[in-house]
Amino acid sequence: MAESPKRGRLKIFLGYAAGVGKTYQMLTEARELKDKGIDVVVAYFEPHGRKDTMALIEGLEVVPRRTVEYKGSLLEEMDTDAVLRRRPEVAVVDEFPHTNVPGSPRAKRWEDAHVLLDAGIDVLATMNVQHVESLNDQIWQSTGVRVRETIPDWVVRQADEVVMIDLTPRALLNRLERGVVYPPDRARAALQNFFREPTLVALRELAMRQTAYTVETRHHPGEEETPAPAPAATAVPPKERVLLLIEPNPESAALIRRGRRVADYLQADCLGVYVSPTEDLRHLSEEDRDRIQRHLSFARGLQVDTRVLTGEDIANTLVTFARQEKVTQIFVVRQQERTLRSWFSEGLVQQIVNLAQDMQVTVVADRSTRPGGA
Amino acid sequence: MTRPDPDALLRQVQAEARAAQRGELKIFVGYASGVGKSFTLFDEGRRRHKRGEDVVIAAMQPEVGHDVAAAAQGIEVIPTGNVAGVPVIDLPAVLRRHPGVCLIDGLAYDNPAGSRHRKRYEDVQEIVEHGISVLTSINLEYIAEQQEFVRAVTGAAPADTVPQSFVVSADEVVVVDAPPAMVIEERNGDGVALHARLAQQLSQLRERALLLTADVVDRHLEAYLELHGIESSWGTQERILVCMTPRADATAMLASGRRNADRFHGELFAIYVNQPSLSPQDKIANERNIKVARAERAQVDVLDGKDPVATILHYAREHGITQLFVGHNLRRGWRSRWQGSPLDRLIHGAEGIDVRVFPHR
Repeated sequence: MAESPKRGRLKIFLGYAAGVGKTYQMLTEARELKDKGIDVVVAYFEPHGRKDTMALIEGLEVVPRRTVEYKGSLLEEMDTDAVLRRRPEVAVVDEFPHTNVPGSPRAKRWEDAHVLLDAGIDVLATMNVQHVESLNDQIWQSTGVRVRETIPDWVVRQADEVVMIDLTPRALLNRLERGVVYPPDRARAALQNFFREPTLVALRELAMRQTAYTVETRHHPGEEETPAPAPAATAVPPKERVLLLIEPNPESAALIRRGRRVADYLQADCLGVYVSPTEDLRHLSEEDRDRIQRHLSFARGLQVDTRVLTGEDIANTLVTFARQEKVTQIFVVRQQERTLRSWFSEGLVQQIVNLAQDMQVTVVADRSTRPGGA
Repeated sequence: MTRPDPDALLRQVQAEARAAQRGELKIFVGYASGVGKSFTLFDEGRRRHKRGEDVVIAAMQPEVGHDVAAAAQGIEVIPTGNVAGVPVIDLPAVLRRHPGVCLIDGLAYDNPAGSRHRKRYEDVQEIVEHGISVLTSINLEYIAEQQEFVRAVTGAAPADTVPQSFVVSADEVVVVDAPPAMVIEERNGDGVALHARLAQQLSQLRERALLLTADVVDRHLEAYLELHGIESSWGTQERILVCMTPRADATAMLASGRRNADRFHGELFAIYVNQPSLSPQDKIANERNIKVARAERAQVDVLDGKDPVATILHYAREHGITQLFVGHNLRRGWRSRWQGSPLDRLIHGAEGIDVRVFPHR
C-alpha cells in the first residue's frame, strides 16, 4: 500500500476514575477492529491485574516495552520507535497522561502518541477527566485531589473522537469492594482517599461536561451549511481576546489554567505577558527567575501566546499593551493579604482596574484552599 | 461541627425507609438508537446474574443484535403480552415472580387501551414500588421535555414519551456514549460514508444527552451533600452571579453573563441589594435592570442587608457561585472609610470565586 502522509486519528476513551472500564472498552474496540481485518497492535497496556481486561488482550499483538534503568531500578515504557518500525494501522496506548522516565526522548506519553499520529498511525488512548490541565485547580478545590500528570487541553480538543465511559459511582465502589479494580490492601486505601462517593460523583459530572464540550467544539465551528441549532442564537458577540498577567508567584499557574479554560469556552484568543522592569530578568531572584520561566513555558505548552514586556510601571505597561492588542479581558491573580503599606498605596489589582476602565478585568479565585469539603 | 438539623435527620430517615422498601431504578440514557444502550443494559444483567442475583427479563426490543442476544442468553424471560402489535409487560407475572432485578429494555412505550397503566414507565414505577430493582433504557428523543429540541435538530420526534421528571428521579442514570460515526455504521452497516448532516445532528443530540445526565448527576450530588450535612462549593458547574446596581451597566453585564452561562452550560443569577434613599432615577434604573435580568433568563433576587458586600458574598457562597460579575462603579458606591472601597472588599472576600469587573458605560 502506498504510504499516506495523512495524520492518524486520535480517539480518547474518557473516564473519571480507575475501574470505570476505559481500558476494557478500548481493548474491546481494538478486537473489533482486528476482526474487521485492520492491523492493530497494543503499544502500551497496563493490566492492573484485572482479569476481564487481561482476557481481552489475548490474540492481540503486543509490541514489547522498552526497559529503562532509572536510579537503580528497571522501569518499562512504551517503545515508540519499535511501534514506528512495526507500522500498524492502529496503536492502542493505555494511560495517555503518563509521565515518562526522566531522560526519555519525550517527557510525556501523549507526546509519544503524537509521534505515532504524525506517522499516520491511528491511536486509541485512555485517560480520566482529572488529567485535563485546565481542570486541575477545580478538581483540587472540589475533591481535594491534586493530579500531577496532566494533559494540555488542546490535545484533548484536537482528538478526533472523545467517548465518555460511564459507570455509576455506586457500581464503581461495588467493583472496588469486590477487589476487581485493585488488590484488597490497595482497595482499602483507595476507598479512604480518592474513592469517596461525593468525589466520584463530582468527577463523573465533570467528565460528562467535558465530553459535551468536546462534542460541541467538534461540530459547531466552521461548518457553514449547518442548520441553526435549537437554542436561539442571539446577536453575534464581539470576538474576545484574553490577556493573562503572569507573575513569578505560584498562583500564576492557576491563573494560566483558568484563563486558558475561559478563553477556550469563549473561543477567544489567549495571550500571556510578564512585565519586567528591566530588559533582562536580572532584578529577579534566581528562584523567581526560574519560576517565571517555568510559568511562561507552561503557558506556551497550553498554546498561550506569551511575551515579556519591559516597563517599570507594571499596570501601565500591561494596560497599554492590552489596548494595542484589542484585549477584551485581563486576568490577574488575587492580591496577597494586605500589608499596612498597601492600605496607603494602591495595590497592583486596583491600579489595573483603575487604568483598564474600558475592558473587563477578572481577578482569578484562589482555588488553592478548599472551602469545607469532605 | 454544627448541631444536626432535625429536618435533615428526618429527611434522611424517611429516605432510608423509602429506599428499604423500593427497588432501585437505573436508567441507561442514549442520544440515539445504535449507541449500545441495550447491550450495556443486558451486559449488566448478565454480570449480576453471574454473581448470583435473581435477574429476569420483562421486555426486550423486537429486534436485537447478536451481542445483545448473547448477553441476554441464560437469563429467565417473562414474555411480554402482545396487544394489537404492541408489546406489553406482563405486570402481574412480574409481581408474582418477584425477582431481585428486572430488565426492561425500552422505557418509552404507550400501553394499549385497557391496560392497567397507560404508559410503560408507570408499570416500571409499580414494579419498583414492590421492591424490585429495574434496569431500563431510553433515548433522548423520548423524553417529553427534550422533544422540542430534538424536533428542531432532526425535524421529527416520536409520539411515545416519558416525562423528564421520571428520568431525573431515578436512583441512577448512566449515559451510554458513542461517537456518531459508530451509530451511523450500526444503522447502515459497514462501508457507508459518514453522512455529514446526520453526524452533525447526532452530535447535537449527543451533547444534549451528556448535559442532561450531568444535570441529573449534579442534582444527586447536591442531595448527597445535603443528606450528609456537607457544605461545600463544588465547582463542577459554572454559576455566574451578576451584581446589579442602579449606576452599573447592568445590560452589558447581563448580556455577557448570559453568553458566558450558555458557553459553559452554566446557570445565571442576578441580584440587587436594597439600598435606602434611592433617587427616583435610580429606582427607575433598578426596575429596568430587573426586567433585563428576567429577559436574560437569570434567577433574580432582591436582597436586604446592612452590608451589601457581605450580603453578596453570603448569597454567592450559598448558591455555589464560581464567577461574580460586578460593575466598575462599585469602587465608589457604599464607601466606608475604614474598610477600603467595596470592590476591594468584595475581591478580598471572594476567595474561591472569580471576580470580573466590568467597564463603565
